[in-house]
Amino acid sequence: MPSNLLALLPEIILTIFGVLVMLAEAMLPPKRSRKPLGWLAIFGAMFAGIAANVQLQHIHAVGVFTGFYGTVQVDTFSIFFHWLIAGIVIVVLLASLDYFEGPVTHAGEYYALALFGATGMMLMTCSVELLMVFIGLEISSISTYILAGFRKGQATASESSLKYFLLGSFATAFFLYGIALCFGATGSTHISTIAARIGTTSAPLLGILAVAMVLIGLGFKVSLAPFHVWTPDVYQGAPSPVVALMSTAPKAAAFAVLLRFLFNGTPALRPHWILLIEILAVLSMTIGNLGALLQQNVKRLLAYSSIAHAGYLLVAFTSFHEDAVSGALFYSVAYAAMNIGALLVLTQISGYEEQATTIDDFTGLALKRPGMSALLGFFLLSLIGIPFTGGFFGKFYAFSAAVHGGHVWLAIVGLANSGVACFYYLRLLAALYSRPLTDSRDYILSPRLTFPVAAALAFAGLATLILGVAPGRVLNMVQHATPGIIAAPAEQPAASSFPATPPATNR
Amino acid sequence: MVPIAFYLILAAILFCIGIAAFLIKRSVITIFMSIELMLNAVNLTFVAFSHMWRAVSGQIFVFFVMVVAAAEAAVGLAIIIALFRARQTLNVDQVNLMKN
Repeated sequence: MPSNLLALLPEIILTIFGVLVMLAEAMLPPKRSRKPLGWLAIFGAMFAGIAANVQLQHIHAVGVFTGFYGTVQVDTFSIFFHWLIAGIVIVVLLASLDYFEGPVTHAGEYYALALFGATGMMLMTCSVELLMVFIGLEISSISTYILAGFRKGQATASESSLKYFLLGSFATAFFLYGIALCFGATGSTHISTIAARIGTTSAPLLGILAVAMVLIGLGFKVSLAPFHVWTPDVYQGAPSPVVALMSTAPKAAAFAVLLRFLFNGTPALRPHWILLIEILAVLSMTIGNLGALLQQNVKRLLAYSSIAHAGYLLVAFTSFHEDAVSGALFYSVAYAAMNIGALLVLTQISGYEEQATTIDDFTGLALKRPGMSALLGFFLLSLIGIPFTGGFFGKFYAFSAAVHGGHVWLAIVGLANSGVACFYYLRLLAALYSRPLTDSRDYILSPRLTFPVAAALAFAGLATLILGVAPGRVLNMVQHATPGIIAAPAEQPAASSFPATPPATNR
Repeated sequence: MVPIAFYLILAAILFCIGIAAFLIKRSVITIFMSIELMLNAVNLTFVAFSHMWRAVSGQIFVFFVMVVAAAEAAVGLAIIIALFRARQTLNVDQVNLMKN
C-alpha cells in the first residue's frame, strides 16, 4: 500500500463510513429505526482503530513514516491518540443508540457527524504541518458545533450551539493569527522547520507572540481558564452523550497538538511559554474547582470539573522530559474513561428530556437505581482521585512530572485544588445516598438498561478500574508514544543553511 | 513601495477591531461579522509575510482559511436561524436561558 494512503488510512475509513451513514440516512424511510446506522458508525470507528494497528505494524517494519509531502507523520504518538479517539467514539456511540431512538427522527446525522468529527480530531494528532492541524481542528469543531444543538426542540439547544460556535470561531481566529505570526517569524508552517528556525529568528518577539496566540486559541478549545466561559453553558444545553464526546475527544486532540507544537515545534522558546503554562494551569484548577462549588446543576458541575481537569493535565506540561508527555497522555486516557462514564450514567438516568438536572433531583437516587448510583459514585471517586481508580494515577503521573521538572509549588497547588474538589464531588455523592427530599417530584425516569448501554458503561468502568489497579500496560504504551515528541535536546536548534533573515524584497 | 510593517500594523488593527466588536456588539450577526473581520486580518498577515519570505505557502494558507471560513459561515448561519426560530430574537443579552 502506498505510504500516503497508509498515513491517513484511519481518517479515510472514518470519512467513507461517515458518508455511507449520511447516504443511508437519506435512503431510510422516516419512521424506520436508525439503529443500524449507529452500528455502521461503530464498525467504522472499529475499523479506524484496526487501521491504526496496521500503521503500527508498518512503523515496526520501516520506522516513523510521513505522507502527503511530509504534512502527516505517523508515529507511536499519533497512533496512541487514534486508538483513544476511536475508543471514545465507539463507547459514546454505543450509549447513544437507544438515547436517540424514540424522539429523534434524524439520528443518522448524529452518527455521521460523530464520525466526521473524529476524522478531524485524528487528523489533528498526526499532522506536523500547521495547515493540516488547522483543517483538522475545523473539521472537528464544525461537527461538534452542530452536535451541541442536536436536540432541536429544546430552547437551550440552539443557545448552547450558538455560544459554542461563536466562541469557538473566535478562538480559531486567535489560533490562525498565531500560525500567521509563526510563519512570519520562520517562513514556514511545518513544525520541524519552525523548530529549527524559531530560536534563531531575527524577530524573537514575533515568535513569542505567535506561541501566546496559539496557546490562547487551543486554550479555548480545551477550556482552560480564563478561556472557559463557554463551557458550562454549552455542556448544559448539549445532549449528555454529546457532552461525553466533546469533553474528552476534541480536548485530547487539542492537547496532542499542544504537545507537538510546544515540545516539538518551539522548545527554543520554552523559557517564555513555561510561564504562560504555569499561569493557565493555576487559573484553570482554581477557577474550575471554585466554580464547581457553586453549581446546583450536575452538568454544569461536571463542566467546571472538566476545566479543573484540563488544568491538572497542563501541570504535566511544565516538565521538559519524557515523563511530561507520558503523564499528559496517561491523564487524557484516565480522564476520558471516568468523565465519559459519569456522563453516560447521567444519560441513562435522566434520559433524552433531561428532567433530572440539579443535585436535588438526584437526592435519594440510590434507593431507586442502586446499580447506577454505585457506578456514578465510582466515577465521581475517580474524578476526585481516590486510589484504585484511574484518576489517582492520572494525577500522580501529572504531578510527579511537575515535581521532576522542578515545579514543586505547582504540584502543591494541584493537590490543594484536589482537596477543594472533594467537596463538590462528595456533595453529589452524598446526595445520591441520602433520604429522598419529601417535596421532590419523581423526575428519575427508568429507561431500560439495554445491552449497548450496559456494554458502554462496563467498558468505561473497567477502563477506570484497570487504570487504577494495573496501570502498567497503559503506562508502557504512553511511554512508547513519547519519543515522537521529545526526540532531540532542546538547547541546540539544528543549524541549517537557511537565511536567518527573509530575502531582501525588491520594491 | 509600501513597507511590510504597514501591512502588519493594519492587520493587527483590524484584528483588534474584530476583538472589540466581538466583545461590545450585541447582535449575533454583527458578532459573527467581527469574527470574519479577524479572519481577514489573519489573511492579510499571511499574504504580507508570504511576500516578505518569497514563499507561496502563506498564500495557499489563505485559500484554506477562506474555504474553512465559508464552511463555518454555512454552519453558523444555520445555527443563527435555528436560534431565531426558537427565541424570536438575535440579541445576545436575551439569549441567557442557562444560569445556575
